[in-house]
Amino acid sequence: MRKIIGALGIMALILVVVVGTLTTRIIKPTKIDQLKEQYSQKHEPSVDHSLFPQLNREFNSAKDVTAECITCHNKRHTEVMNSNHWNWEREEYIEGRGIVSIGKKNAMNNFCIGTQGNEKSCAKCHVGYSMDSKGFSFTDPNNIDCLVCHDNTETYAKASNAGGDAVPTLDLNNIATHVGQPKRTNCGVCHFYGGGGDNVKHGDLSSDMFYPDQDIDVHMAVENMDMQCITCHKTENHVISGKMYSLSSMNHNRVFCSDCHTETPHESQILNEHTLKVACQTCHIPAYAKGKSTKMAWDWSTAGKLKDGKPYHEEDSLGNHTYLSIKGSFVWDNNVIPEYQWFNGKAVHYLEGDVIADTTKPVVMNELLGSYADQDSKIIPVKVHRAIQPFDPVNRILIQPKLYSDNQGEGAFWKDFDWQTAAEEGMKDAGLPFSGEVAFTKTEMNWPVNHMVAPANESVSCAECHAREDGRLAELNDFYLPGRDYSHILENIGFATIFLTLIGIAIHAAFRIISK
Amino acid sequence: MKTKKVYIYHSFERFWHWLQAILIIFLAFTGFEIHGNYRFFGFEEAVRYHSIAAYMFLILIVFAIFWHFATGEWKQYIPTQNNMKAQVRYYLSGIFHHAPHPTRKTVLSKLNPMQRLTYFGLKILIIPLSVLSGLAYIFYRYPQSYQIKYLNIESLKVIAVIHTIAAFLLIAFLIVHLYLITTGETLTSNLKAMITGYEELEVDEEEDMVEPKEQIS
Repeated sequence: MRKIIGALGIMALILVVVVGTLTTRIIKPTKIDQLKEQYSQKHEPSVDHSLFPQLNREFNSAKDVTAECITCHNKRHTEVMNSNHWNWEREEYIEGRGIVSIGKKNAMNNFCIGTQGNEKSCAKCHVGYSMDSKGFSFTDPNNIDCLVCHDNTETYAKASNAGGDAVPTLDLNNIATHVGQPKRTNCGVCHFYGGGGDNVKHGDLSSDMFYPDQDIDVHMAVENMDMQCITCHKTENHVISGKMYSLSSMNHNRVFCSDCHTETPHESQILNEHTLKVACQTCHIPAYAKGKSTKMAWDWSTAGKLKDGKPYHEEDSLGNHTYLSIKGSFVWDNNVIPEYQWFNGKAVHYLEGDVIADTTKPVVMNELLGSYADQDSKIIPVKVHRAIQPFDPVNRILIQPKLYSDNQGEGAFWKDFDWQTAAEEGMKDAGLPFSGEVAFTKTEMNWPVNHMVAPANESVSCAECHAREDGRLAELNDFYLPGRDYSHILENIGFATIFLTLIGIAIHAAFRIISK
Repeated sequence: MKTKKVYIYHSFERFWHWLQAILIIFLAFTGFEIHGNYRFFGFEEAVRYHSIAAYMFLILIVFAIFWHFATGEWKQYIPTQNNMKAQVRYYLSGIFHHAPHPTRKTVLSKLNPMQRLTYFGLKILIIPLSVLSGLAYIFYRYPQSYQIKYLNIESLKVIAVIHTIAAFLLIAFLIVHLYLITTGETLTSNLKAMITGYEELEVDEEEDMVEPKEQIS
């Protein structure tokens, strides 16, 4: 009987092995292969602008080009003039506050703080021309700068401190005849230099992204799919998807990795279960500022020191400014491990004029809402920029200083180096009260990290979060994480029990040996 | 005192005992790595091995439960107070004076009262706590991901604490078990019995007349 069963068992085993190895399964292309195929196909423009006689002429100024664009694209200017790239504000619903109009026009950050009074300098990154502190015609379509986004020659440039005007020495004929969909270069000339320098602001958007390699970002790597910004930030009629929560507050019109990759892209079921609570970016962006360093801290209170009456700067070994008379002292870092926060797509902002409740704690400029208990929240990686910036200790509001002016004597800090006048003029421009006293307070600003995605084999490993000490999530402890958390009481009782058990059997055994 | 070589642990019971032992030890080892006490396989591998061993253990338990009822072996584990005091006194003092075991082991009654109580506690309380909390660990996200509010488990903390308590108790049991198996007729007689199935048991003169009818293969 046993021999028969044994034989049957061995035959069954052999059968399974044979069938398993010799049969082939039809293998469908994986999702990733499908995506690679889809996004490798280059966009072929449906028009060649160099063949149009209207564009094959001399242009006196960039505004003339805009006027020419509008003769054919005769409704696009309406779209642009409805966008927040143009208006520098947008209606947002902020929880606990209601509907507000917020944008670069009136928002405050902890970099250069605010644009009011400083427009001539800040407008270098406005999609328009001729903006200055005296005003700007938001209704004149000829002020639209089409070329900064649509130039494909990579030669177009806007001038510094010129209210957004183009550099005067451009070959506008060449540029006008080679326009098309925006490339990384178009978005990057502004968005990689936010905060006044390369990678100052975001940390994950630097000049390394113009032509990145795979180690910087897998999607945009030139050798991979060479994806452009607009590939993910899909745009219809100049409404660009994707939010930056420095200015946005609502959970809509967002870009998600899962839009292409779905919520369950891993082979491992265990990893797929994480996507309920952990955003893709958390594991797939292990570090940001992988090339150029980013600014981690900015202390305005040290600004204003002069050498021989002139502004000066100091640099670190990598060439980053550690001190500028016009701005203060900075701390830079690269290959930065992000901080982590719960986020459900909504944020609340410090708006100009808000009274600071507790001046002993840092003011959080944009609090990202979310928690473990909230079903819509996921853990995201964040760059937290910490600053010390001017505030009015009597009115207890942040000061929006006047920084830029063409001339001395107009109160601009970058010319006169006087916080008193800078605050007076700046608050006047912003329409805010000023007591006359200037002090400094700590602020924090949260910049979600979404770019500089690493190759899959470099993603965060399990033990980097599931670690008792010094894990990446050590600070985010409003929930139980296996491998990190445990009941200390139970641990002590448990190991004590085991220890006592061992002692007990040792004593018992000793007595048995003695009594033998 | 006459003894006879008796076939006391049949094939499946021994297979079940040893496979369960290996699985529990492996589950404990990978489990405490996941808990964070040390690094050996790596966190991801520890989780994977723990899950595989857990599923194997579940299948084994299903077979074992069937076997317990199909063979009537479940009766062996019914706790009793009969002779309990005598058994406790034996382990606390009698054993040092080479006193005889107060209970006689037979095929129909393999366990002394303390063993009955301990194994009953394991089968009814500790192992189910461990298994159920382990299953909750594996599947707790599904009620939430499919938006079933009433099945939603807010936090892993309670599951984790229960699972860890069961783990510590099982390890304590394992230590005591490995020691107490040396309290047979000889130091190794119990171990040999669980390997070969045969043990030299005391026979009652009258019982010897009638061979046990259960021949379970």
